Amino acid sequence: MQLILQKKVFYNKFKQIFSMFLNDKLALISIIFLIFMVFLALFGPSLINDSFTKMNLRLRNLEPFSFDHNFMYFFGADALGRSMIARLIIATQNTMFIAGSAVILSMTLGGALGLISGYFGGKTGNLIMRIADIIMSFPSLLLAVIVLYMFDPGLLNLVLVLAFTRMPIYMRTARAEVLEIRERLFVSAAISMGASNSRIIFKHIAPLTIPTLITIATLDFAFVMLGESALSFLGVGIQPPEVTWGLMVAQGRNYLQLAWWLAFFPGLIIMLVALSLNLLSSWLRIVLDPRQRWRLENIGDKNE
Amino acid sequence: MRKYLSKRILSSLLAITGLFVMVFFLARLTGDPGHLYLPIDAPVEVRKEFSEKHGFNDPIYIQFGRFLEDLSEGDLGYSLRKERPAIDIVLEAIPVTLSLAAVAMTIALIGAILIGSLAAYKPNGLFDRISRVVSLTAASAPDFWIAITAILIFSVSLGWLPTSGIGGLPYWIMPIGILVIRPLGLLVQVVRGSMITTLSSDFVKTARAKGVKEKKVIFKHALRNGLLPVITVAGDQAAAIANGAVIVETIFGWPGIGKLMIDSIMQRDFAVVQASILVTAIVILSINIIIDITYAILDPRIRHK
Amino acid sequence: MSNNVNSLLKVSNLAVSFDTVEGSINAVQGIDFELNKGQTLAIIGESGSGKSVTASVIMGILSCPPGRIKSGEIFLNKQDILKLSEIDRRKLMGNKIAIIFQDTLSHLNPVFTVGAQIAECFEVHKNYTKKESWDKAVKLLDRVKIPNPYKRAKDYPHQFSGGQRQRVMIAMALALEPDIIIADEPTTALDVTIQAKILELLAELRDERNMGLILITHDLGIAAEVADKVIVLKNGKIVEKGTLKEVFIKPKHKYTKELMNSIPGKFNQRYKRSDNIDTNPILEIKNISKSYDTLACDNINFNLFRDEIIGIVGESGSGKTTISNLILRLIEPSSGCILYHGRNIFDFDKKELFNFRRKVQIVFQDPYASLNPTMNVFDIISEPWIIHNDFLHKKLHQARISELLTSVGLKPSDSKKYPHEFSGGQRQRIAIARALALNPEIIICDEAVSALDVSIQAQIIKLLKDLRKQFSLSYLFIAHDLPVVKDLADRVIVMKSGEILEEGNVEKVFNKPVNPYTIDLLKSSPSIEKLLSN
Repeated sequence: MQLILQKKVFYNKFKQIFSMFLNDKLALISIIFLIFMVFLALFGPSLINDSFTKMNLRLRNLEPFSFDHNFMYFFGADALGRSMIARLIIATQNTMFIAGSAVILSMTLGGALGLISGYFGGKTGNLIMRIADIIMSFPSLLLAVIVLYMFDPGLLNLVLVLAFTRMPIYMRTARAEVLEIRERLFVSAAISMGASNSRIIFKHIAPLTIPTLITIATLDFAFVMLGESALSFLGVGIQPPEVTWGLMVAQGRNYLQLAWWLAFFPGLIIMLVALSLNLLSSWLRIVLDPRQRWRLENIGDKNE
Repeated sequence: MRKYLSKRILSSLLAITGLFVMVFFLARLTGDPGHLYLPIDAPVEVRKEFSEKHGFNDPIYIQFGRFLEDLSEGDLGYSLRKERPAIDIVLEAIPVTLSLAAVAMTIALIGAILIGSLAAYKPNGLFDRISRVVSLTAASAPDFWIAITAILIFSVSLGWLPTSGIGGLPYWIMPIGILVIRPLGLLVQVVRGSMITTLSSDFVKTARAKGVKEKKVIFKHALRNGLLPVITVAGDQAAAIANGAVIVETIFGWPGIGKLMIDSIMQRDFAVVQASILVTAIVILSINIIIDITYAILDPRIRHK
Repeated sequence: MSNNVNSLLKVSNLAVSFDTVEGSINAVQGIDFELNKGQTLAIIGESGSGKSVTASVIMGILSCPPGRIKSGEIFLNKQDILKLSEIDRRKLMGNKIAIIFQDTLSHLNPVFTVGAQIAECFEVHKNYTKKESWDKAVKLLDRVKIPNPYKRAKDYPHQFSGGQRQRVMIAMALALEPDIIIADEPTTALDVTIQAKILELLAELRDERNMGLILITHDLGIAAEVADKVIVLKNGKIVEKGTLKEVFIKPKHKYTKELMNSIPGKFNQRYKRSDNIDTNPILEIKNISKSYDTLACDNINFNLFRDEIIGIVGESGSGKTTISNLILRLIEPSSGCILYHGRNIFDFDKKELFNFRRKVQIVFQDPYASLNPTMNVFDIISEPWIIHNDFLHKKLHQARISELLTSVGLKPSDSKKYPHEFSGGQRQRIAIARALALNPEIIICDEAVSALDVSIQAQIIKLLKDLRKQFSLSYLFIAHDLPVVKDLADRVIVMKSGEILEEGNVEKVFNKPVNPYTIDLLKSSPSIEKLLSN
């Protein structure tokens, strides 16, 4: 009986979320597109035949949208005659991996630091926030350029730099949330019950901050991706022969008048992924805010 | 208020010092700072001589002391490439970037307030939906890609605008347009969200119950309150627009601070890089302080703290 | 009726609904009433009864969507204002009919001076110049007894106290001498003494200008003090209407009767504490002082015995919550000590403190904030046992939770639900169950019933009484509300500005108060006794 009830509750919850998705068609399209991109990043490279990624001088700068060749050449080929589609898929993996690791790293580290700073306050807390201020007070792109110039541009350094420059967002948000939640009565209740600090942080405070951090992370994924591509574009990001979408745009820039598609398609994909993430994040923000939720739940809003 | 402001200035100074100390030690952390100043293929003897001449072999605290001493005299080092004091080069570049950023920010702010308020008046209405997709697309656009696509279309294909360089109005159109796109997209979202919250707040109800006309309710009672969060975000946008300036200046060949920094990095002119960092940080922090003052003027609750 | 010359406002067959996922909710279901000149109509109802929605509809400030007016007519001076255009309607608002809201801090615009906000009324409806409007605004501030009005008009809302802000709000409503003022819970967040003054002012202004006053309230005492006519709302329907005396003395409807019975402060059904108890107090508060920027509590002394209920009464800023935080050891005192069975709790080491935490529990005022929204009832009530893991074996948790839920009047099956699935009163029951979980000696109730509707309040009070009998608990019952304390406490402590002004047996304090402040407090407290004794 209990189990059936639980199942029903779960089912209803699922239905509710699903119907909220349906009410926001753009969010639905975004999530489908993003799932497709994640699939490509995970399995794409292993599905591509090697011949498409090898030089093929006969197909140099092949124009897109022609059916004369294999489907893999539908978006054309690059200056070395490699299939654009194959290149894009390989770049997907790199781009997604870099942005994903940077976001996860900055979210966990920044979130944890913010949590500590907010909960314990005092000198340590202030010091942590001052560090966040210093990082924030400087343009992140320039900071990344400088750091990558001092050390070596490369995959690991790129991830670290991107994570580092985005950390303050999570630190500030987590801290602000903690400062607010810490004053709530259920935390006082737990303290007067004798709960330990770790219990209060992990059981009472963290579960309430995580949804906000995830919403930010969704948006930040787009930001980090744009940052990575800008760095690769400037030549201090990922280095050839590795490839990301940003690097493809940079390389295509030299052939702009000869073969516009080399720079155009990777840039378009960057924008579409970033847009999907933005749409998803704005949807998440509404879903997680009970005061705005009715906008999505309200099925009968036709006239207004 | 005065207390708050002096505290803010103090913490900004602290941030600049922190940033500078960080840069100093990071440069030393890489091992041989000479590496940052000299071409990659410089012979060993040249490196040795260079290190000795500039005291890079001294213990780090002595170097740091010397660094601080120079700093206190306003000496930010000497550009080995251009053979001029680094600070002069930087001060020449700053106005270019500032004028570019000021024009772009003004356009972005005005546009965002107009579009955001209109969208917020009828949430989920047609205008709101369209502006949402357009502004989110703008916020998602990789600026370098938009820039080269624009060059391809307007300069290469149509020949309407110059591809790069500085000069009259035609030279400004593309750089400004590209610099505006992302802040505009982000700010529209902020204005919209803040206005929706404000329009449903209690004091707006009071104004309506008082019989105030709807136009006045929106533009007097709501907008003034709704703009407060926008001002805070505008502070972060100051740093963001500097990011955009790096890209735009590099692509369109504007001799601003962004291009200067990238060029100096490529040419391994570390003194100029250091000076650029300091000046940029000072400019951004000053902008943030001005924004804080504006905020306090517009919000009496902050003023009386 | 419709040709009644004194009629100011006539509402007929008004129905309002809200559209939600679960379908539309009928907030107001066909209500009728009429208001005459110089008359006060009290609309009484508990939360969710539709009383504030009615006010919003009259003022034309209901948010649509999700709200929707389904039917009805509202005649203001023989004109149906629901049929007017938005622009024509606005011309009447603030001019012929004005409203006073509850939460004044959020209802006044934070970025404009109060003078400007009052002056705006004249600028909107009359063609006064800025100077004229401002002078009028200053005069109004003076009329509502704001001291130093010339200077204060230039101040912003956050620079005023709650009571003063309410006066500003009243001044704003009065500006154009409207025929009708709607007061929506005008004194709910205020202290009793200030509440009495605000009500007095409202009544005075009503008589001075022969206005009609609609008073929306959940507090029967307030209605009894000022109303001529009363309507009682429940779930959007009028269950009873009539003159004040008809409704209060001879209520007809079952709900009204229940409501009248719930009114606290009747001295009946008190549980007499047996006198032959041990003379050693559980808790001795000795010379406790605590200062922040100002002195929050100053040299406080009292003892708490086993099976005793002490009521601590005071207005905001009296230091009563500081005392609760000190006893819970959430804060450290500036001087003095608190002895628990003879041992100073501020000298406790970690282990002793941990054991002490088991014996003293708290129930807070706001049941919405005191339960973690991400935990279900099972997790909430079992949390004390997980922290004190030697208390109860894990296998026994479920059974004990069922027992506890039953003893606070909830169902064992509720343990899988989350806090948001319960009403305010039910949540307070969950909080009480959690406080009982470790078999404490002392439960501190910090305004534990203040946020609840009267009928729910009465239920919770009864529950607290029953539990005390069952477990021989001691309570420290902190409240600003005198009648509630009268029902429950054995001993009463009256506090003001961090000091104890009067202390004694409950009968003595309520019947023969000595301190002038206590006398004032008792006099200010709205009650229906005066009405009933007439």
